[in-house]
Amino acid sequence: MEHMEGSDTEIKGMSRLYSVICKDRKAQFGLIVLSLFILSAILAPWIAPYDPNEMTLDMMHSPSLSHLLGTDDLGRDLLSRILWGTQISLFVGISTVSISLFFGVILGLLSGYYGGWIDMIIMRYIDLQWAFPNFIIAVYLVAVFGTGLLNVIVAISLAFLDDFARIARSMVLTLKQEQFVDAAKVQGFSSWRIMIKHILPNSAAPLIVQGTVSVSYAILGEASLSFLGLGVGANTPTWGLILADGRSFISQAWWLGVYPGLAIMLVVLSINFLGDSLRDTLDVRESTS
Amino acid sequence: MLTYILKRFIGAILVMLAVATLVFFMLRLVPGDPIAAMLADAGSEEARIAMVKRLGFDKSVSVQFLKWFENMLHGDLGASIYGSNQPVSTIILEALPRTLSLALISFIIALIIALPAGILSATRKNTTTDHVVSFFAFLGLSMPDFWLAILLIIVFAANLHWLPAIGYSPLSEGFWPWFSHLILPSIAVGTGFSAIIARMIRSSMLEVLQTDYMRFATSKGLKDWTLLIKHALPNALIPVITVIGIAFALLISGAVVVENVFAIKGLGRVLIQGILNRDYPVVQGAVLVVSAIFVLSNLFVDLLYAIIDPRIRYS
Repeated sequence: MEHMEGSDTEIKGMSRLYSVICKDRKAQFGLIVLSLFILSAILAPWIAPYDPNEMTLDMMHSPSLSHLLGTDDLGRDLLSRILWGTQISLFVGISTVSISLFFGVILGLLSGYYGGWIDMIIMRYIDLQWAFPNFIIAVYLVAVFGTGLLNVIVAISLAFLDDFARIARSMVLTLKQEQFVDAAKVQGFSSWRIMIKHILPNSAAPLIVQGTVSVSYAILGEASLSFLGLGVGANTPTWGLILADGRSFISQAWWLGVYPGLAIMLVVLSINFLGDSLRDTLDVRESTS
Repeated sequence: MLTYILKRFIGAILVMLAVATLVFFMLRLVPGDPIAAMLADAGSEEARIAMVKRLGFDKSVSVQFLKWFENMLHGDLGASIYGSNQPVSTIILEALPRTLSLALISFIIALIIALPAGILSATRKNTTTDHVVSFFAFLGLSMPDFWLAILLIIVFAANLHWLPAIGYSPLSEGFWPWFSHLILPSIAVGTGFSAIIARMIRSSMLEVLQTDYMRFATSKGLKDWTLLIKHALPNALIPVITVIGIAFALLISGAVVVENVFAIKGLGRVLIQGILNRDYPVVQGAVLVVSAIFVLSNLFVDLLYAIIDPRIRYS
């Protein structure tokens, strides 16, 4: 019974999402652009015309047929570097949000469901973190633990933790008063079962919207860290690093300053468009239920 | 009201104490040997012993901790481990006006863009104007500030030669040199911020326009602009004040990155250079001051909100 209801609303949600995407041109743009970037991330090893790190004597070559986006000061092909950079950006964006969503929701559920001293401790921590900009927290963490892919992912995930915990907690506090939670309690279900099976699915909407928006912030965050030299590493082509490398040459080679940033902006814009459309869709469901 | 203000003050002080404690332990959390990391290659045994002594690592953690707090309260944040070993407080006092100038001009530019944009798109809801504003707001939110900074340098400094590409000139050396150095960085920092504010003004303006007193004022036949500026705007701005606190986070984060593009030696550049050089005393000082600015501005926004909106009664 319960399961059937779940899949039923899922189908309804999907068809509503589909109809919104059909009408919303922003969402269409977002979906197409993001799909293209995901494809190029997956296919980078095959579609990149050159080795992204191969240096040639063809230095600062302006965009041409042999190098569609030109080459940098070390003769590396810009298009190939940007294509490979897509992998890092999307990987960091999705992995950080998955991690902070997972742990943030656990913290929020525990805090909201049990209350008392657990809530006290978790909330004091979250309040402290809330007092600081996410990006500054990520910079602090990289300052302490050093650069590298893993450290960047940990730093950005931790920076977002409080956002998800806050949302999950406030959802639990509202839903805890609902009759279906009482009913589940009376039936003698364990607290975990109630939290995972009954409360979590009903608080999914705001978490999904926040998650989507956070992916775009995470991508911007990674690019900023890389740009500042606090990112994944000096030998991995990431969008932020390509921009940082090209910065000194922008007066002679504008393409080094334009294209990597354009890639960042397009991905972030398409995610923001999708997030906005998703917000509309999910709000509709909230108001009709 | 008074108890609310008192509570917020005590809260802010507690947060600052927690931050100071975290900053103290920051250096002790560095994986491996922080002393070796700081000395890098120049690590002779004598240099090592001198560094251990200078940082007080030869004493117990509790003694170090108390000393750190005592020094901090006296404004002594230690000294840089590089060059002429400048005191951290001197470095920060030099950097602070640059970051604050950048934040101030960014804020003003953002408001200049956001106010008309937000009002226009609210009064012309669902028209082309509204869609155009909304599109630019999305663009502003999605554009990395450091990229916008680079684009501005390419266009206005490298090609048109209208404005200086890098550096900073103190206000004491004249208004125009100061201002002209800040225009491009401020646009880079302020654009994302203005997008958020514009969207916020639009939605809160739409809400106000639907209230009874606005309908009443319209029916009295007041002129459109008097109506908007005198009656709708002040009320629409109240909820906007709350997001300004959040958006201030963006200004500070933006300044940290953008200062590095324009080689402005503000707090952000001091912080990042400190991290890259493993100059931990400088990093600790910069972290502490950035945090303090942030906590204070949050406090200010909260208090402002409490004063401006009399509907809210704090117990």
